[in-house]
Formats: sequence, C-alpha cells, structure tokens
Amino acid sequence: MSLRARILLAGGLSLALIAAAVAYVVVAGHRGSAPAVASAAVDASPGERLLFRSTTASSYGRVATVPRGNGSGPRTVAALDCDRVYAAASAAVCLRPDGPLATYQLAVLDGHLGIKDTYPLVGVPNRARVSPSGHVLAWTVFVTGDSYNGGRFSTRVGMLNTATGETVDTLETYAVTVSGRAYRSVDLNFWGVTFVDDTHFYATMSTSGRRYLISGDVTAQTVRTVAENVECPSLSPSGKKIAFKEAIGGDPGKGWRLTVLDLATMIRTHLAETRSVDDQAAWFDDATVMYAIRRSAKAADVWSVPADGSGAPSLLIPDAESPAALWN
Amino acid sequence: MYLASVERPATLDRTKATKIAANVLALGTVSLVTDVSSEMVSAILPLYLVVGLGLGPAVYGLVDGLYTGATALLRLAGGYIADKVQRRKLVAGLGYGISAVAKAGLLLAGGSPAGIGAAIVADRAGKGLRTAPRDAMITLSMPEEGLGRAFGVHRAMDSAGAFAGPLVAIGVLAASGQAFDAVFVVSGCVAAIGVLVLVLFVRDRPVRVPGKVVNLRQAAKLLERGKVRLLLFGAILLGLSAIGDGFVYLLLQRREDIAIGWFPLLAVGTSLVYLIMAVPLGALADRAGRTRVFLGGYAALLAVYLILATSWSGWGALVTVLLLYGVFYAATDGVLMAVAGPLLPPELRTTGLALIQTGQAVAYLVSSVLFGLAWQWWGAAGATRAAVAAATLTLAGSAVMFLRTRQTPAQAAA
Repeated sequence: MSLRARILLAGGLSLALIAAAVAYVVVAGHRGSAPAVASAAVDASPGERLLFRSTTASSYGRVATVPRGNGSGPRTVAALDCDRVYAAASAAVCLRPDGPLATYQLAVLDGHLGIKDTYPLVGVPNRARVSPSGHVLAWTVFVTGDSYNGGRFSTRVGMLNTATGETVDTLETYAVTVSGRAYRSVDLNFWGVTFVDDTHFYATMSTSGRRYLISGDVTAQTVRTVAENVECPSLSPSGKKIAFKEAIGGDPGKGWRLTVLDLATMIRTHLAETRSVDDQAAWFDDATVMYAIRRSAKAADVWSVPADGSGAPSLLIPDAESPAALWN
Repeated sequence: MYLASVERPATLDRTKATKIAANVLALGTVSLVTDVSSEMVSAILPLYLVVGLGLGPAVYGLVDGLYTGATALLRLAGGYIADKVQRRKLVAGLGYGISAVAKAGLLLAGGSPAGIGAAIVADRAGKGLRTAPRDAMITLSMPEEGLGRAFGVHRAMDSAGAFAGPLVAIGVLAASGQAFDAVFVVSGCVAAIGVLVLVLFVRDRPVRVPGKVVNLRQAAKLLERGKVRLLLFGAILLGLSAIGDGFVYLLLQRREDIAIGWFPLLAVGTSLVYLIMAVPLGALADRAGRTRVFLGGYAALLAVYLILATSWSGWGALVTVLLLYGVFYAATDGVLMAVAGPLLPPELRTTGLALIQTGQAVAYLVSSVLFGLAWQWWGAAGATRAAVAAATLTLAGSAVMFLRTRQTPAQAAA
C-alpha cells in the first residue's frame, strides 16, 4: 500500500472512530436528563419516617422518605441529589457531586432538607453520620494518590461541629493505643464513624493489614482499639451494641458478614443475613438492623434483619440505599 | 545481515544521523494516542469503582497486586517470543490490541468485580507485552549514535499522551453528565486509533543473522556477556535506590503541608518536566555519553533525597524537587534503553530489553516496600536518611559497573 493510501485509510478510519466516540458522549449526555420528579417538602425532622437515597429510575439519587410501617409504599421525594445521606435530631448531612467535574461537597441540611452550608470535600464520599444531638457531622472519603503504596486507596475521616464550628480534618494525628500500648505507624486509615455523643465516637482503623474497632475522644485527641476485624461500626440507639461488617475469615476479599457486638460482654453474633454486606448499617430500632444490598451498578434495596441473629432478612425499602430512621 | 524484506533501509545513512527515523515518530504517535486512552481510564477508575459501582477499596488493592506479578512474567515471555518469530510488531500490536479490547471489557463487565478485575489485568498485561518489542523496534530503526534522542522523542510523545489523558476524561465526564461508560467508549475508540497507526505506519524488519538461532539457551547466554550482565545488575542496583513516586510526593506533601486536593498536581508537575526534558537530555546523552547522563539522572534522584532530608522548604524547595525528579525520569527511562540496545545482539534485543526492564521494575517494587518498612521503624526523617545512604552507595557501585559497559567505536562496529 502506498503511503498516500495508508494516510487516507488511517485518516478516514480515525475520523469514523472519533465520530462514533463523540456521538456516544452526546447520547450519554442526553440520557441523564430523565423527566423531572415532582419534588415535595420532605420532613427530615424526628418522626415516624425513614429517610433514604432513592435508586428508582424516575427519582434516581434523590433524597426521599417513607412512613415507618410502609417501606414499599408511596415515597415523598425531595429535589435534592445526594450520594450518601444521613439525618438525626433535625440535622442532615448530604455528600454530593459539586458541579459537572468529579469533585464533591458536603452539604449541611436542616430538618426540611434546606441547605444551610456547603464545604468542599477532597476525595470520593463514602460514609456519613450525624451525632444524636444533631450537632456533629462525620464523613469518610476515599482518597487516591494519598497512599504511599502507589495508586491504592486510602480513607480519610472528617468531622464538623456545627454548633462550635470546630473541624477534625483527619484522625491520623490522634494519639493511637493498640491493645493498651502506644502505637505509631504511617499506614493508618480511618473510616466509618458512629457517634456516642458530640465528642465520643467509634470508627474503623486499619494498620498493617488489620482492621480494628476503635473508640475515639475528640477533646483528648485519642483513639484506642476495642476489637479486631470490625469495619463500619454503627452504634445502637441504646448505645449497648454495635452492628458492623466482619470480613469473612479476616479477609475483605471474601466479603463481609453482618454482625452485632455486645459492648458489655464483647460477644459477637452473626446475623441471619448471609449475603455479603458492604455498607455501614443503621438501626431501625434497638432490635433490628437495616442495610443496603446492591443489585447492580445503579440499583440497591434496603433490607432489615433482627439484631440477635434470629429470623431472616426482609425487604424494608425497595430501590433505596443509605437509610436513616428519623425516630431514633 | 538479511535485508531482503526491507522496503527501505531506515538506518545507516550516517549523514542523517540526527534525523529521527519515521518509524520512531510512528511509534511515538502510537504511544501518545495509547497513553491518552489508558490515562483517561486510570484517572477515573477509582471514582468509577467507588461511586459508580459502590465497591470497596479491597478490590482495587487485589487487582494492583495481581498486575505487578502478571506483567513481569508476560514482559519476559513477550520479549522472547517476539525474538523467536522475529515479529516484534506483531507482539507489540497484540499488546496494544489487548489493551483496546480491555476498554470494551470494562464496559461489558458492568457491576461485576471479577469482570472489572479481569479487564484491568488484561489492560496492564497488554502494556507489559508491548513495551519491550516497541523499544526494540526503536533501537533497530535508528543508527546507534542517534538512539538517545530517538528515545527522548518517543518518551516526550508518550508523556504528552499521559498528560492529556486525564484532561480528556474530565472533558468527557463534563460533556456526558458524569457518564463513566462514555469515558470507556471514548478510550476504546482512541485505543483503536493507536492500533490503526501501528498497523499502517510502523515497520518491523526481521533481523536474522545467518548461523544465529534464537532459542532459550541463546537467551540465557545473554547473561554470559559481561557487559549485559554489568548493565543488568547496575540497573537493578540503581533501581533499588528509587523509592517510588508515591513516597516522594508523600514526603513533599507532608513537609510542605500541601492540601490533599493538590496532591495529583505533584505528578503532573513531574510529567511536565519529563515531557520538556526528554529530548534535550536524550540528545545530550548521544553527545556526552549515555552512561554519564543515565548516572546523572540518578544523581538528580540523590539530590531529591538530600533536599527532602534537609529542612529547606517553601516554593523554591518544592519546584526544585519536582524539577530534579522530572530530570531523573528524563535522564534514565529512555536513556537506559539507548544504553542497552547496542549491547544486545539484534536477534535477541527484545528479550534483553525485557530482561532489563523487568529487573528494574522488580527492584523498584522491592525498594518501595523496604522504604515503607523503614518509614514505619524509623519515621519519615530516618527513612529519608536511609534513602540518601542507599542512593549514594548504589550510585557509586553502579557507576563502576556502568563505566565498564561503555563501548569504543571499534567495538560497536564489530
């Protein structure tokens, strides 16, 4: 083939490929604009409602509520998109994309999901919690490039006290005690905060390939390990138990078993849910745990299961994730 | 030399020694286009896994480990097969093709972690497969005295693609309303253009030397050549002083207290210096001696560690470190291949280059793991001092080895 013929062939085929790529981008851009959902005034203040992120086609990503006893019933959908949402005591936190580019922000919401304030987040948001008083918000983001391990993820916890304006940017500077001894390492990762009160919390800490339940104190700037192989803890309304995901055989690659730890006896109870749960669970009431199970890339359901290991999982809210019980 | 299948002797015209062979520009274009494609995906992959699919970081870590092992073996096997059948272009094309198909695999994998893992491993396996045959084709396309610049031009084009990839990805995400699948489709189309350029414009000629066969015994005999052995061990020794980008940037970030959001810009700064310095340093290598420039690159790395070990901080220190770190890459990555090429017999050149690349890659891995442990035991300051000591020792040791690999013109012609 002559050079001229090759140049023509290469030019023609390249143009065709570029045209196909551009066409796909244009089509994908229009696909997203689904018919607008009727938005309603959603009540996120304490009451007999479940707050969650909807994953139905017509209201994908929107924050919504359903009545306590009727999870699959009609939902009230807000005009607010969040990737992760949580609420307590008339305060809500929403982690959401910030503009068309891949950056994120934390939105502080009031009891009617009105935006009071926003803060830029660095990293991909993953977990969110509000302290029982509604004053302190906590979140976890995945950060890439932060790890010395080349391209791997690290996680970062942040907290914001909306009453005092105090922030915690990272827990990596806290004094760490592992099994009663002072501990220092550079490979500390923290994620999945759950609050006891405005200054005390539980969370996950990983170091040297192990994942610990830690108990933290914001005032003293300390954390200490409580148990091993605990991820994404969630404190029960009574404060006596912690629901968490336990890596099967200690290896997160094998999936997670939803488990409850009794803080007084330190006894672990595997719950009746046998599917792998990769979520920070929430408490429906003191006897029931709820969590999201992903069906596909863009669809998930919220299930509930008794917290004492008995019974069987049941579907609580179809096409939903990131649940919060507003009556707790 | 068997030249019957050569359409046009690409080399050997000594008067045009300073001109870059068309084949090198074609290979550079392939690398540029392919790097746009692959960096588009790497830039958004973590985001896609976590936000798009809701997967945890464990999956990503698992894939990361798999890939290091898989590429090392494939690189050696690919290099040997390319020499055995004397079809470097075919093996390189296979590598580029696998990576292009892997983009479609990412699209088809949907939410399946196993499918995504397989697609990522395939993508990186393709990269492992193509590197050595591509570099061998560059060495076979240019007269020896222009190799430094040829690799400089190739690496500059390559890093330009790596620079543009993330920007294209951001543009596609913005234009498509955050549709990750659109990024994969565009990346696949761009990768296909790369394969097209390779197929239509890159030339490869079999280099069969009468009486020389390519088999595993001959390949193993490469190590019996004193200079090849010295170069390999020298490269591995120097590789042991490179602690890895992640650590260098992390040390910078901690001392300068840079917000994590700016972290990726450290890599962008280094790429930019690499992009600008690759050609001048390659040309300098041709004039002043490749081994000198190569060792100079590691001296720049030593200077980076020395700065990190002092208390000098602020913008001046930051810019100086990034400048030196970019120079380190520009003076070592392509230049090593330019040093190695002429030392290896043409019929076993791909195997030899694959061996040296694999040796260095393993050395990098070992040194970054050791640095991680040192950091844990002695803290950041202690580990940095250890890196200074290690870099000084390895630089001195390998300087002795390298200077013995230098060829006299008479040897090169023999």
